Amino acid sequence: MSTIGAGYDLSASQFSPDGRVFQVEYAQKAVENSGTVIGLRGKDCIVLAVEKLVTSKLYEAGSNRRIFNVDRHIGMAVSGLISDARQIVETARAECANYRSQYGTNIPLKYLNDRVSMFMHAYTLYSAVRPFGCSVILAAYEADGPQMYMIDPSGVSYGYLGCAVGKAKQSAKTEIEKLNLKDMTSDQLVKEAAKIIYQVHDELKDKEFELELSWVGKNTKGVHERVSDAVYQEAERSAKLAMEDDSDSETEDM
Amino acid sequence: MAHHNFDRFAAGPLWHNGPTPGGIYNFPGRQVEDSGRFQERSKQPITTGTSVIAFKYDNGVEKGVAIAADMLGSYGSLARFRDCRRLCKVNNQIIVGAGGDYADFQYVQSMIEQKTIDDECLDDGFSMKPRAIYTWLTNILYNRRSKMDPFWNNFIVAGMQDGEPYLGSIDKLGTAYEDNIIGTGLGMQLGVPLIREAIERKPLMSKAEAQQLLVHTMEVLFYRDARSFPKYQLGFITPDGVTISDPLYLDNQKWGFALYKK
Repeated sequence: MSTIGAGYDLSASQFSPDGRVFQVEYAQKAVENSGTVIGLRGKDCIVLAVEKLVTSKLYEAGSNRRIFNVDRHIGMAVSGLISDARQIVETARAECANYRSQYGTNIPLKYLNDRVSMFMHAYTLYSAVRPFGCSVILAAYEADGPQMYMIDPSGVSYGYLGCAVGKAKQSAKTEIEKLNLKDMTSDQLVKEAAKIIYQVHDELKDKEFELELSWVGKNTKGVHERVSDAVYQEAERSAKLAMEDDSDSETEDM
Repeated sequence: MAHHNFDRFAAGPLWHNGPTPGGIYNFPGRQVEDSGRFQERSKQPITTGTSVIAFKYDNGVEKGVAIAADMLGSYGSLARFRDCRRLCKVNNQIIVGAGGDYADFQYVQSMIEQKTIDDECLDDGFSMKPRAIYTWLTNILYNRRSKMDPFWNNFIVAGMQDGEPYLGSIDKLGTAYEDNIIGTGLGMQLGVPLIREAIERKPLMSKAEAQQLLVHTMEVLFYRDARSFPKYQLGFITPDGVTISDPLYLDNQKWGFALYKK
């Protein structure tokens, strides 16, 4: 029992003597191994971007997507174990359907966030289950503007102006903090999001990745959707261009 | 779809397996014959809509389905609600029209709405085709009538199926059929023969001609159907998508045929 957890890491229902729940911390580790996911909240739009790591060339392009529609007006980007995440997506969809059948309107994001957080938190309380190995970002554009929440495996959630999770969350956060998010339009957001994903991608450790981009805002009339091919290609092109500029200036310095 | 049990926080029953207060006690080991409770089932519609009519048109250039329904919600013979929309857009290639109990229609409509959202959420580039909705509705209605608790409706599913006009109908018993011209209720008795005759005279119809025929049929139905109303909506499904008109009104009514009118 002289291992890391010293026996207190086998169950999510037991504290360690210094007041930690190791299972939850390990779940957070699982998220940190996953590709980077970011969400940017601008003036009247939210953009979600995912660095989806592709571990084999033999996989079909576009499979195992990490951005989901939870309802017409709500998007969810996930990082961590994809199979765990799908369970959360399924639950969130059921919550949306349930709310609509009871109240006849779209579920407010704040309410959905509460429900999904509770659901994830419940899996940190019992010895018979393990926490979800994923963090999710929820985004919607509502009457009072764009809304974004991120929930981590412990079930804790916050509202965000800009958030990042996954492998390179630190450097992504640094990049996001440089932006003047409040004034940014949807087109600017998409380009910046793509640029950040390309910037924080570690070519040496992870070779291949696919960029995923979605948005919800005034421009989409409050509907969450993948960005159109034209917008996607333009964002990807400008991101790659920015990367080249960067590497050019680095060589000049030398 | 997983549904949550919202009663899980409610208090449980006070005791199990004992005699029910005021009930007949079933001794242990005896076969329980009757739970002693009755269930009420729908035996009649309450607020109703009358006929829906629809037909396919195709003149080689323009093709699609035309559909119409008036906007009256009758309460028995009382013309009670005058703004009941009975045509609903399902997606970009389907319209569903309904007659019969309006509450049942609204309920089924909310089921279809959620189904469409589930479909859109998948974001796989496919959307339901009219025959899928037709088959699904048939199952729903047949299932309810088999519980002796039918949805008291006639549905017409109109749409474009793989580029071709599609038209199908389902009644409250789950009886379903496809045809080129469909009417429900009095629309079947009075509307369909009119449309059939017109199409036999002119098999290749444009959209404008189809619209004209549809309006004429609605007018005749208004004259002869005591549960109908001069305010109505038209719907068109073409390869370009779905349109449902704003409420229209039957102007220029000609009651000359009514010999004993005062």
